[in-house]
Amino acid sequence: MTNASSDRPQPLSPNIQIYRPQLTSVLSIANRIAGVALTAYAVGLVIWLVAAAAGPEAYATVHAFIRSSVGQVLLFGCTFCFFLHLCGGIRHLAWDAGYGFSLHAIYASGWTVVAASIALTVLTWAIAIVMLGLSR
Amino acid sequence: MSMARTRSPLGRALGLGSAKDGVEHWWLERVSAVALVPLTVWFTASIVVHADDNYPGLMAWLATPLTSILMTLLLIALFYHSALGLQVVIEDYVHSRIKLPLLVGMHLGCFALAVAGILATLKIAVGT
Repeated sequence: MTNASSDRPQPLSPNIQIYRPQLTSVLSIANRIAGVALTAYAVGLVIWLVAAAAGPEAYATVHAFIRSSVGQVLLFGCTFCFFLHLCGGIRHLAWDAGYGFSLHAIYASGWTVVAASIALTVLTWAIAIVMLGLSR
Repeated sequence: MSMARTRSPLGRALGLGSAKDGVEHWWLERVSAVALVPLTVWFTASIVVHADDNYPGLMAWLATPLTSILMTLLLIALFYHSALGLQVVIEDYVHSRIKLPLLVGMHLGCFALAVAGILATLKIAVGT
């Protein structure tokens, strides 16, 4: 069966590359990327614990890396990924419980996740830096 | 065609998997997420407090019963939640022959990491 529409190019199936990024979609993939990154950081937590259990020399090596500039940047990234996944996860749990599905609520909670993740990351590092300064 | 139409709704749904195991995977991901909220906040706050500890100070904190218990619970919830999350990521994006070995390796890796972390925590807890 031929008709006029079959000669025209048909619309492609939903394809992520042609969609304009939106807060909803960006936070969705960011939550997943943060989760994967946090698993990598969890490997770091185990290395840190095993080194601490192994003795002062092993711990000193790991501690020196954490205190290096690369280590501190990674730790800052870990803090942000943690708060992003924590806030995004709480948003998901609210959805799972049946709350916050209106378009307004979805954008309000989305921007709250962005603002809270940045604020909590900065606050955590500010407290840590102040406490390190006080103990010196 | 007629075969599909004559089968009962239950007969069509049975054995398809997702209606059976999917709910449990989804539910356990949420349960572990709820557990991780207080555990990870405790861990982050503790690391901030103990950021300047020397090795004996850190070991003294890690060796307290409360720290050992919470750290063990954290490691269990963390790697359980990681395994469930990474499983979905692999299932969504990996469609080649390495999918199955990747899933098996990931699950075994998460289990091994949790065991290593817990044993290190216990070793510190009981002293050397």
